[in-house]
This record gives sequence, structure tokens and C-alpha cells, in this order.
Amino acid sequence: MASGGWCSRVDSRWLTAYGPLVRAQVRSQAQYRASFVIDVAGSVLFGVLDVVAVFVLFRVSKTLAGFTFADVFLMTALANCAFAIADLLVGNVERLRVYVRSGLLDAVLVRPLGVLTQLAVMDVAARRVGRVVVAVGVLIVAAVNAGLALTAARLVLLVVAPAAGAVIFSAVFVGTASVAFWWIESGELGNALTYGGHDFTAYPMPIYGTVFRRLLAYGLGFAFVAYYPALALLDRRDPLGAPAGLGYASPLVAALVAAAAGLCWRRGVRHYRSTGS
Amino acid sequence: MTVIEARALRKEFVVRVKAGVLRRESRVIAAVDGIDLTVSRGDMLGYIGPNGAGKSTTLKMLTGVLYPSSGVVRVCGFEPVPQRQALARRIGVVFGHRSQLWWDLPLRDSFALLRHIYAVPAADHAARLSRCRKLLDLDPFLDTPVRQLSLGQRMRGELTAALLHGPEVLFLDEPTIGLDLVSKQAVRSFLAGIGDAGDTTLVLTTHDLADIERLCRRLVVIDRGRIVHDGSLDELHARYGSRRRVVVDLDAPLVTPLALPDVSVESIEADGRRITYALEGGRTTAGELVRRLAELASIRDISVLEPAIEDVVARLYADRDRHGAGA
Ligand SMILES: Nc1ncnc2c1ncn2[C@@H]1O[C@H](COP(=O)(O)OP(=O)(O)OP(=O)(O)O)[C@@H](O)[C@H]1O
Ligand SMILES: [Mg+2]
Repeated sequence: MASGGWCSRVDSRWLTAYGPLVRAQVRSQAQYRASFVIDVAGSVLFGVLDVVAVFVLFRVSKTLAGFTFADVFLMTALANCAFAIADLLVGNVERLRVYVRSGLLDAVLVRPLGVLTQLAVMDVAARRVGRVVVAVGVLIVAAVNAGLALTAARLVLLVVAPAAGAVIFSAVFVGTASVAFWWIESGELGNALTYGGHDFTAYPMPIYGTVFRRLLAYGLGFAFVAYYPALALLDRRDPLGAPAGLGYASPLVAALVAAAAGLCWRRGVRHYRSTGS
Repeated sequence: MTVIEARALRKEFVVRVKAGVLRRESRVIAAVDGIDLTVSRGDMLGYIGPNGAGKSTTLKMLTGVLYPSSGVVRVCGFEPVPQRQALARRIGVVFGHRSQLWWDLPLRDSFALLRHIYAVPAADHAARLSRCRKLLDLDPFLDTPVRQLSLGQRMRGELTAALLHGPEVLFLDEPTIGLDLVSKQAVRSFLAGIGDAGDTTLVLTTHDLADIERLCRRLVVIDRGRIVHDGSLDELHARYGSRRRVVVDLDAPLVTPLALPDVSVESIEADGRRITYALEGGRTTAGELVRRLAELASIRDISVLEPAIEDVVARLYADRDRHGAGA
């Protein structure tokens, strides 16, 4: 904790504890079998619907801000993949406000594991694994469909970009969740940024208005989830005039956003006030 | 060796109170208002006080749940919140009103998980678990999901869970709350066993003073966030003038009343044939009282009543209401 921030230090203990915790969680959930099956089916459907939305869009118009279907499909696939991974890893922190409001976080704080680790594992939803599998499949289809000229660098980027994007989304999950430490009634505010952010990143940035774009694309680093990496992969210039290789900077942006979120989180934990009884 | 050290420890909460239809006012309350406390290894400390005195808040600061507003606190040499994880492996915590077990898992699985979380060597874990199973009689419900356990069963599970990693300090916030007499006894004698072993420090809050009498050598009384007494139970009795009582049954009423220093008559019943004397201070012993009484009348029966801790604490809390109004 002292050194870890929100990205808990990965030491051997963390790993040995993580496996059994996840397994126990899956065992707990398997007790409610019907809802488990529905969850998995629902999450796969959710992932597929994002792609369907792009299809529908391109039935209406041939291009979107100068991008073809193949281009946008790749962006959507990248965004989807990043989001699915982030959701799997830390999607649960959204429940922090329940823990803060009820004081359940007390029990979490007296255990020798990171708070975030425990929250993430506490309700690890197997359904989210299904979503990641679908998202990776869709990304491969999108990459083939776009006919990328795959150099070694681009191949690396194709793997690194979803990971960096996942870090950016994770940071947004964590950052918005930690608002609950100060403001318990934060409600669905967090979801607006996380789920909303996912939709935002799935499309080319030029389609958005300036203010909106500055705030989300650059302020929160959302342009680096799918848009810039997709441009680099497609070897296209940014209509907004950014340098061509900017997509390769997404890990750097991810690190910055993660650091900021980690800071919020740690301050938040100190601000936790438990409950009176 | 000191295991817990607190200096001028303070925790404030900002609470919003309604001050009109829409207007809310912020008010700062000091739940813990400057506490100094030193606890040595092996101490068994009873931490008591009326509702809202700040007991739970103190315990939360000692266990790394709450960050103090000001003051210094060290537990096992660690600063609780910044070194939370390191501290967590050295302490055990039971919150009586809040479960720390996995709701949907059987106790057996919860215990197995805890072994991984605390990285306890398998042999140590097995030895501690089998000891708890025996002493707390866990076997009948070891495979029942926690959500189906009764309160008493769950509490035994919580105690075991808090002990499996061999903590140096055990913090218990109302561990007997809501338990029936049998379960209370089980929990108490289990804790007494741990205390007697001598290497585990115990800090316990409770409203059941029988817990204190059975378990705690040292008593800290807190009121409105401040410590009002810190010492042994006997010292508390001495300070708040608790009295031992001697009840005598006589064959016939006394003709001349007995006059001895530090002895007063508390009540006379059965037409003067049963007299309750109260002993205060130390100038007359119970033995002396009985000897002198025997010179005056023939005694049929004698009983000595030890002071009840309830009385002392009731008096302590009543004091607060008298003096506290302006404080
Ligand atoms: N999270 C919180 N937010 C606001 N006020 C709080 C909070 N926790 C405690 N308080 C207040 O701090 C004071 C002390 O509370 P605390 O829970 O420490 O009392 P306690 O001694 O444990 O009482 P009890 O015997 O009822 O459990 C109370 O006035 C309570 O209202
Ligand atoms: Mg309390």
C-alpha cells in the first residue's frame, strides 16, 4: 500500500492470494446458477451490439468524418477490447460507494491486501471474461478486415494499444469510483464517464465538438485508447493535424492517467470515515 | 514492551445537520478528543464507555481503518493507515456488528482463503484451526455457508478467522453483542485462554460488564472522546467509592446500633433482623465488623457482597450527566 498506489504491488503473496480469492468468488457465484448463465449471455450480447451499431451507422453513410467502415470498425474494436479488459480487472470498483456507504470497507481495510485488489476480486464476474474473449475475437476480425500493412512495430502496437487503453479505462474507473470517498451520493456519475467514455472512444475524434473533445479526448486521454493507435495502425494522418506516430505514445498517456487516478484513490482511502455503527 | 501507543489522538467528523427546509449546516464533532494510551504486550484491556463515547472510532484508528485527524498512533511499531498492510498481518480484528467472512462460502473455505491472504504456513494454520475447532466447537457448522449461520455460530467463526494468522494484538469491538448466555460464556472462556497464554494483547470494547470482570485486568473508561479512567478494576472501585456490603441475619434486632469508622447502615429489613452494612474506605474490615457485631447479638447468617461493576459504571455515567451538561 505504502508504495503501491492503486496498481497494487505485484509480489508473490499477492499472486498466491489472488488465485484462491478468484476461485472462491466463482464458487460463490456458481451457487446462483441461473443468474450466472444470464450474466454471461448478456455480456456477450453487449459486446456484439457495439459492433452492430457501427454496421448500422455505415448503412446510412459511406464515410464518417472521412473514415471508412473498416477504419471505424478497427477503432470500435480497439475501444471495446480495452474496455472489456478494464471492466474485467477493476469494473468492480464502481461498487466502492456501496462499501463506503455501508461501512463494509472496514473489513476490507483490516486485511493485508490492497483495497483495490480486494474490491476487484470481491465480485469478480465470470461474465466479464466472456466479454474479453468476444472483444479479442472482434479485434482480430477488424484488423484483418482493415487489411493492415503489418510491420513489426504495428504488430506490437496492436497488442500494446488495447492494454494501454485498458489502463486508461481502469484509471477512469478508479478515479471516478474514488469520488465516493468524499461524496457518498455520487450515484451514477461514475458510470457516465466509464460507460460514456467507452462509447466516446469508439468513434473518430473529429466528429466531436471542440469543448467535448478537449475535455475527454485530451483531458482524460480518451483519444489514446483507440483513435490515435488506430491511425498509426492504418498509417493515416490525423485530420486534426496531430503527428502521425502519436498512437505509439498511448502507454505514456496511460501511465500519466493511472498515476493521477492512483493519487485520487490514496487520498480517498485516507478520507474514508466508516460509519457510526 | 509497548505494542500500542497513542498520543493526543483525535478524530473529528463533519456532520451535516438540517437547519431549515433546504439549508444544511456543517458541524464538527470530536468523536475522539485527545487520547493518550500505552498498552504493553500481554495486556488485556477493557475499553468501555457509554454509547457514542468514541470506542469504535478509537479502535478503527488503531487498526488502520480511519486516519486520525491529529495526534500520533503506533501499533506494533507501525503507523496504522500508511502501513496498513504490514500492520494487518500482525493484528486480528473482530467487529461484533459486522461480518468479515465470505457471506456465500462455508466457514471451512473462508478459513482456507485466509491462509492464502495472510500467507500462513500450512502447519501453523492447521494447528491454530484445530485448536479453535475444539475450543469453540466449530465442527457442527464448518460446512454451512456463513449467511446461514446463527449469530453465535458466526461470531465463533469470526474469532477463529481473526486468530488464524497468529496476531500479536487482538482488537474486539463488542464481540459478545447479541449472544445468548451460553455463547457468551464460550467466547469469554476462549478469550480468557488466549489472554492467559500471555503473548497476545487483547483490546476489547463491550457493554456487557461481565466480559470485563472475566477478562480484563485493565480498564479504560472513555466518555465523549476523552479518557476518564485508566487503571485496574479495583482502582475504579476505590475511586468511585464502590462499597462492599456485609449482610447479617440476626436472631433478634440490635438494641444498640453498631458504630464503627467507615461503616454505614445501608438498609434494615425484617423488623431489624436483617441489616446491610456498607464498608467504605479501609478503616474497618469485614472481619472486624462481624466480630464486633457478634459481641452485641447472636448472628444467624452472614454474606459479603462484592461491589458490582455495573454500579460503579452506572455511577460514573451518571456523574457525566451531572457535570457534563456544560462541557
Ligand atoms: N462515520 C461517522 N460519521 C459521523 N459521525 C460518526 C461516525 N462514526 C462515529 N461518529 C460519531 O462519533 C461519536 C463516537 O462514535 P463511536 O462509534 O466511536 O462510539 P462508541 O463508543 O463505539 O459507541 P457505541 O457504544 O454506541 O458503539 C458518535 O457521536 C458518533 O455519532
Ligand atoms: Mg461502537
